[in-house]
Amino acid sequence: MYPFTFHRPKTVRQAVGLLNKNEDAKLLAGGHTLLPTMKLRLASPAHLIDISGIEGLSGIELKGRSIVIGATTRHAEVANSPIVREHLPALAYLAGLIGDPAVRHCGTIGGSVANNDPSADYPAACLGLGATIVTSKRRIKADDFFRGLFETALEPDEIITKVMFPLARKAAYEKFRNQASRYALVGVFVSKRGPEVRVAVTGAGSNGVFRVTAFEEALKKRFSEKLLEGLSVPADGLSGDIHGSAEYRAHLIGVLARRAVAKARA
Amino acid sequence: MPAVSMTVNGKAVTADVDPRTLLVEFLREHLRLTGTHVGCDTSQCGACVVHVDGKARKSCTTLALQVEGANITTIEGLAAPDEPLHPMQAAFRDHHGLQCGYCTPGMIMSAIDIVNRKGFSLDDKTIREELEGNICRCTGYHNIVKAIAAGAEAMGAGRKAA
Repeated sequence: MYPFTFHRPKTVRQAVGLLNKNEDAKLLAGGHTLLPTMKLRLASPAHLIDISGIEGLSGIELKGRSIVIGATTRHAEVANSPIVREHLPALAYLAGLIGDPAVRHCGTIGGSVANNDPSADYPAACLGLGATIVTSKRRIKADDFFRGLFETALEPDEIITKVMFPLARKAAYEKFRNQASRYALVGVFVSKRGPEVRVAVTGAGSNGVFRVTAFEEALKKRFSEKLLEGLSVPADGLSGDIHGSAEYRAHLIGVLARRAVAKARA
Repeated sequence: MPAVSMTVNGKAVTADVDPRTLLVEFLREHLRLTGTHVGCDTSQCGACVVHVDGKARKSCTTLALQVEGANITTIEGLAAPDEPLHPMQAAFRDHHGLQCGYCTPGMIMSAIDIVNRKGFSLDDKTIREELEGNICRCTGYHNIVKAIAAGAEAMGAGRKAA
C-alpha cells in the first residue's frame, strides 16, 4: 500500500469535515473492499477515515412499515437479525450469502451500497425493494442512486448514514455464485408490494445493477413464474468474461427470476 | 508514526506503527506470534484468521489501527493455562486434520468461531458451508470436517464439566 494518514472521527460531522478538508480521502468501515484494493495498489487515498467507531451509525430497527439499517451495520448482524428474519427474510438471506463468515463480521451495508460493485448483492436488494438511501445531506431513492459501474449519486463529501427498506409481503433473492469468489455471477431480487412489482438484477449488467421492466410488466398481470416463461433479457449490454458470456448471463437472469418469483410466492 | 494499543492473548500491548501495518504483520513481526499465517493476502484463504473481540476476522484485511482497544486472540492464545492444547487443537491432531499445517491455525480459529455461533453439535453440511472462507490445498477437507465436529463436541463436553 502507498502511505496514508489514518483518522478516526467520533461523529458524522467530523467525518464530513475530514472529507471536505482532504480531497484525496476515502471512508473506511469494514474495509474488505477498500483494503484489498489498496494492497493491490489500485487505490491509494492519502487519507483513510475510519467511521466504524461512530456511535449511532449501526443498528437495525423496524420503523412503521420499513426496516431501517444503520450504514455501519455488519452483514452478519443483518443476516442474524430477528427483526429482518421476521419482516424481510429475503434481505437476511441475501446478507448471509455475502463473502464468508469472517468477511460478514466486517463488511457493512453502507460500504456495499456506496461502492456499487456490479457483482455486489445489496444494490439488488435496494433496487428490488425500492429502498431509500439516507445520507448526511439528503434522502435518495434507490432508483436514482445507482448511476453506473462503481458510480452512485453520492457527492464527494456525502456519507450514507442509513438504508431504509420498505417491507414487502412477497420478496426473494436468488444468487448464482461464482464458484471461486462467491460473488454473484447473476443475482435477482424480486418483490411485490400491492400493485408494485420490482425485478432487480446484479452481476450481469455492464453498467451495474438494473431493473427488468419487461419482467415487471408481465408479473404485474399475475405474480407467477409461469408468466416469465418464454421471456428473456437480451445479451446486449450485459457483461461477458471468463466466468460467463453475456448470453449465459442473459439465460441465468431468466432462470433466477423464475426461481425468485416461485420462492417469493411460497 | 501513530501509536496503537490492544490486548493480545490477554496481554496489553502498545506500539508505534506505520498506518499501513496490517494486523497480521503486527502479530507476526512486532509480536513474533507467527502462528497466524499469510496465505493468499487477498482475503480468500483464511490462513490469517484471528479473533477480534470474540469474532473471526481476516487479519490480512485489517489494519492494526482498526483494532485499537480490541481484544485479540490468536492460535497461540487458545490453550488454557493448565492444558497443552485447546480441545479443537487436540481434535485436529487426533483426527489428522492437517498435513502441511499452513491453513491449520486459520481453520482452528474459524472452527471455534463456528462453534461460538452454531453450537457444539455440528453436522458436515454446516461445517462445510461455514468453512467457505478457509482454503486447504492438502487434505481435501475430509479430516478437517471430522476434526471440527469432534472438537465442537469436546468443547461442549468441557463446558458441562466446568
